[in-house]
Amino acid sequence: MDSVAQPILFWIIATATATCAIAVVVSQNIVRAATWLLFSLGGTAGIFFLLGADLVGATQILVYVGGTLILLVFGVMLTAQGPFITMKTGAAEWVISAVVGLLFFGVLAVTAFSVGSVAAKNDGRLEPPGRTVKEYAPKLNLVEASKSASSSAILGQGFLGVGVGPAHLNAKGKPERANYLLPFEIVSVHLLVVLIGAAYLARAKRRRRGTA
Amino acid sequence: MSPIGLEHYLTLAAILFVCGAVCMATKRNAIGVLIGVELVLNGANINLVAFAHFNPAFEIEGMTFALFVIVLAAAEAAVALAIVLNFYNNHTTVDVDTAEDLKG
Repeated sequence: MDSVAQPILFWIIATATATCAIAVVVSQNIVRAATWLLFSLGGTAGIFFLLGADLVGATQILVYVGGTLILLVFGVMLTAQGPFITMKTGAAEWVISAVVGLLFFGVLAVTAFSVGSVAAKNDGRLEPPGRTVKEYAPKLNLVEASKSASSSAILGQGFLGVGVGPAHLNAKGKPERANYLLPFEIVSVHLLVVLIGAAYLARAKRRRRGTA
Repeated sequence: MSPIGLEHYLTLAAILFVCGAVCMATKRNAIGVLIGVELVLNGANINLVAFAHFNPAFEIEGMTFALFVIVLAAAEAAVALAIVLNFYNNHTTVDVDTAEDLKG
């Protein structure tokens, strides 16, 4: 990534993302909040692309913007009637939540900058505590490797059960690399089970009358 | 223009996280609470991918976990919306303040 273009792109995308996130909180209309969330999620995908995580950014757009958000909008459509589109929050609640939110943000920002100052000493890169990258991943040149191959190819190999990433020494003293086949399968089955359960829960039923 | 470091990404993630938390706390619409959860998960995802980018030892892990978080967020949204629809069918409202059937 061009060193001149990257900060400019970051500031543009980050400002848009943060502004949309704040607009989600501030807007009282639930349909508008969902729309602001759409732009915020899209901006997050842009941040992922900026960080070199192509597959994550593409998945973010496909799953979040194309799937989850559509689901949310349908939920709004099916439940929003009259008073539920705009639900007002009281002034006192706003003040309390703003104070708590700003305090929380202060704590997180201080932590972020203390972590960032550690990274800055190391040419912008963090290293595992107590070990240098070269000790942790001997003869690997992971950074160079990931620049030549796209991140999606490496991730796809990991999901197929091929060892990727830094090598660890196993009990026999041989280098081993992690693969992500089992977590991938668990997540797949989990998603299937959850979606069947959700379809069962949300199936069409006769509405009970007289309860408010 | 100064280069963008880890702290910039972490600060952006913190903004998203705090917005999500405040959204969860203040919105009375159940779907608004869900929107807050999505924002929080996105903030966490930015953290994961940023650390993956700036720490070469965690490059694969960070992106893998971010992908898992996205998939699990989709699953969570589906179940939560099913519950909200059921709640709406039973109570004809999505105001979370009225969900007090389990109050002791």
